[in-house]
Amino acid sequence: MRRHLFSRVGQAALVLWAAFTVAFILLQALPGDALLIKYQNPDMGLSPREIEDIRASYGADTPLFLQYVQSLGGFLTGNLGYSVQAGVPVVDQLAANVPSTLALAGLGFLAAVILAAAIAFLSSLAPFSWLRDALQALPSLFISVPVFWLGIVLIQVFSFQLKLIPVINPPEALGLVLPVATLAIPVSAPLTQVLIRSIDDVRTQPFVAVARARGGSNAWVLSHHVARNAVLPAITIAGVLLGELIGGAVVTETVFGRNGIGQLTQEAVNSQDAAVLQAVVVLAAAAFVLVNLAVDLLYPVLDPRLKRKAGALT
Amino acid sequence: MTGILTAGAAAAGAPTLTVPVLELENLSVSYADRHRRHRRVIHDVSLSIAPGEVVALVGESGSGKSTTAQAVIGLLAGNGRIDGGSIRLNGTDIAGWSQKRLETIRGAKISLIPQDPTSSLNPVATVGSQVEEVLRLHTKLPKAERRQRVLELLERVGIPDPGRRARQYAHELSGGMKQRVLIAAAIALQPQLIIADEATSALDVTVQRRILDLIDDLRAESGTAVLFVTHDLGVAADRADRTVVLQGGRIQEQGPTYEVLARPTSPYTRQLIADAPSITGAPSVAAGEARPLPDAGRDNAVEVRNLVQEFAAGRNLPAFRAVDGVTFSVPRGTTHAIVGESGSGKTTTARALAGFQRPSGGHIIICGQDLSALDAKGLRLFRKHVQLVYQNPFTSLDPRQTIARIIEEPLLNFDAVPRQRRDAAVRDLLARVSLPESLLAKHPRELSGGQRQRVAIARALVLNPEVLILDEAVSALDVTVQSQILALLEELQRELDLSYVFITHDLAVVRQIADTVSVMSNGRQVEQGTVSEVFLNPQHSYTRELIDAIPGNRKAQP
Repeated sequence: MRRHLFSRVGQAALVLWAAFTVAFILLQALPGDALLIKYQNPDMGLSPREIEDIRASYGADTPLFLQYVQSLGGFLTGNLGYSVQAGVPVVDQLAANVPSTLALAGLGFLAAVILAAAIAFLSSLAPFSWLRDALQALPSLFISVPVFWLGIVLIQVFSFQLKLIPVINPPEALGLVLPVATLAIPVSAPLTQVLIRSIDDVRTQPFVAVARARGGSNAWVLSHHVARNAVLPAITIAGVLLGELIGGAVVTETVFGRNGIGQLTQEAVNSQDAAVLQAVVVLAAAAFVLVNLAVDLLYPVLDPRLKRKAGALT
Repeated sequence: MTGILTAGAAAAGAPTLTVPVLELENLSVSYADRHRRHRRVIHDVSLSIAPGEVVALVGESGSGKSTTAQAVIGLLAGNGRIDGGSIRLNGTDIAGWSQKRLETIRGAKISLIPQDPTSSLNPVATVGSQVEEVLRLHTKLPKAERRQRVLELLERVGIPDPGRRARQYAHELSGGMKQRVLIAAAIALQPQLIIADEATSALDVTVQRRILDLIDDLRAESGTAVLFVTHDLGVAADRADRTVVLQGGRIQEQGPTYEVLARPTSPYTRQLIADAPSITGAPSVAAGEARPLPDAGRDNAVEVRNLVQEFAAGRNLPAFRAVDGVTFSVPRGTTHAIVGESGSGKTTTARALAGFQRPSGGHIIICGQDLSALDAKGLRLFRKHVQLVYQNPFTSLDPRQTIARIIEEPLLNFDAVPRQRRDAAVRDLLARVSLPESLLAKHPRELSGGQRQRVAIARALVLNPEVLILDEAVSALDVTVQSQILALLEELQRELDLSYVFITHDLAVVRQIADTVSVMSNGRQVEQGTVSEVFLNPQHSYTRELIDAIPGNRKAQP
């Protein structure tokens, strides 16, 4: 078990390094850079000579490989560089923005899981076939709704029509409701589909009929036998859905005007702020790696059949 | 014997004082198809089971025996419905009960021992919790007492070290052990009726026998009635006081087991008995009526010398020896059977013979050619001479190919054969395996199990092989179909001078088809000889145990 853990952590580190390197190369390959965008502005009236000096002070004229090594060293020691546009350390920017995004993404994911589980289990308990069909059609509807459109519609209905949630400076908790809903609905769709499918599969297994023959009701069998077996494939999907969550957070934060990594990313892209983008990419990769590591470690806990394979034959 | 006689008399309609545990009267069940039209599968079935009685419900697949059992516990598939008749449990008609009411008696008054122990246990819950489940559902015992009761039950069904086993999961237990766990759950509340739905069909014979003994003991102890739903007339003959024969959803015959077996009145029952190797095979071997011995002096089609097959077991572990020093020869035109239980190494031996694995040691010589001397290409070409027929005709045929295409496929793998010659070969083979030409354009799903196995045999024969390896080739088939396929194999052997290596767990079939036999246990060949030698005078204790475990020789004679 411990060896398995070590090798997984090693793989995770490798993935992070690869993400860092690829992001670095791609950002350098882009024409122009943040310094030119900021200082070549004619309103500033700087001479080419002065711009050269500024570039030298930011270290932009050192050879690429050296920049890479310095940057990598910085990341390893927690120094993520300076944002050219804002003129503050990237670490400070992240520290200011991560909590709000973490709250949004975390709650969004939680809501998506609850929504998916509710739809999947209700549809398999539904007493009428029309209700079952209606519930099972929801995922297709959810996935075809664009995030930005959903956000705008929700604001229209709940803020402007029903006036339930103020648009400007809402209380923190209340302000999260609409963005979380916007984020959760599309993310829940694939989760629901996988869950419905695997519940159906598990329900045909003989052990379910045997549990029914012991006197278990439909609901008892669903909660005591089907649920845990059906969750296994859904967990794999949950790890992959994190990407959707990050992409969704960028759009959602923009639509709702919330501070967060999403908005930071959007601004950094506009100004080609390489240091910020580099940090965001590595942060996203780290989140991915962590979630998938957690999924991997969760598997043997949920499915005892995998324990033996993970560890030695003890 | 008198106990059986009185039970039989009671069922025959004589007035009794006891209320039957279960009484079906004119039960009819139908299933809806996709267009919501109901097709009746059970027609006016009437039977009764007295307290403590064992009744066997015997029939082939599609006879409606499992549907009858499902109707009794109220767990018909979603598209099934009871059209009429009554199901009386201790005199109370439960046929019209809601699921909610049925849930109060399921597991408590009627319990089920299911067919396949492996898939009948939840893989992610401990086995103890699944025995405990029935106590949680029907009693108000506190947790500690429930746990205690679970351990007692596991101990009662013969599970050693129940404290440790209760915390284990299904994949950590053997098949027999899993079935014991399921039995523990079934007897937990001392139900009046236990339905054993093919409860031992998936188990090896020796394990099957121990499980059947256990059910017998438990029945004697608590007076529970047992309904054995089985395709195996041998099991019915051994264990049941009375036997009910079902065909096409109708009762063909019912009565005391020995009467049904000794004096069957319906032609269908007579056919079933004639086809069941376990009941009819024994006397003929004893009387020296085994297949005539092969002519001496014929050359050997297959020679296996000291075959060893090892598999890597993992880092720092010694290799696992699946086959350890197997030696036998098959004279041309004869059949050698390899018998053993799961894990004995018989299938590994078959795979080595077919050239799928290189042996770790020893020699396999087929038609004079040593397989170990061949390279990959030579081995591929050599497969013309050796063909394999697999166990399960439902999965060994490509569902998207037509029958004609399935049979001709091996021809396409070797030298180009012109289309007309291929068509002729396919038609010729179809006639040989007694299938009508109208099947050529059909797909496997449109065929019955027996027809599919005939197709598989035709496919194996299309290259004119000299040796056929039959890996449990009749195990998945009903007795009647099984006996037809065995007859076909014998006929083909005579006509084409084929040599067979017949892999099976079923000793009863060996008596019917084989000339010589090897008995394998844990990778070792514990005994070999001609079939009559091995059956009449088994030398090894394991062989004796196997022979004794064949169901069918107990209650057949009164």
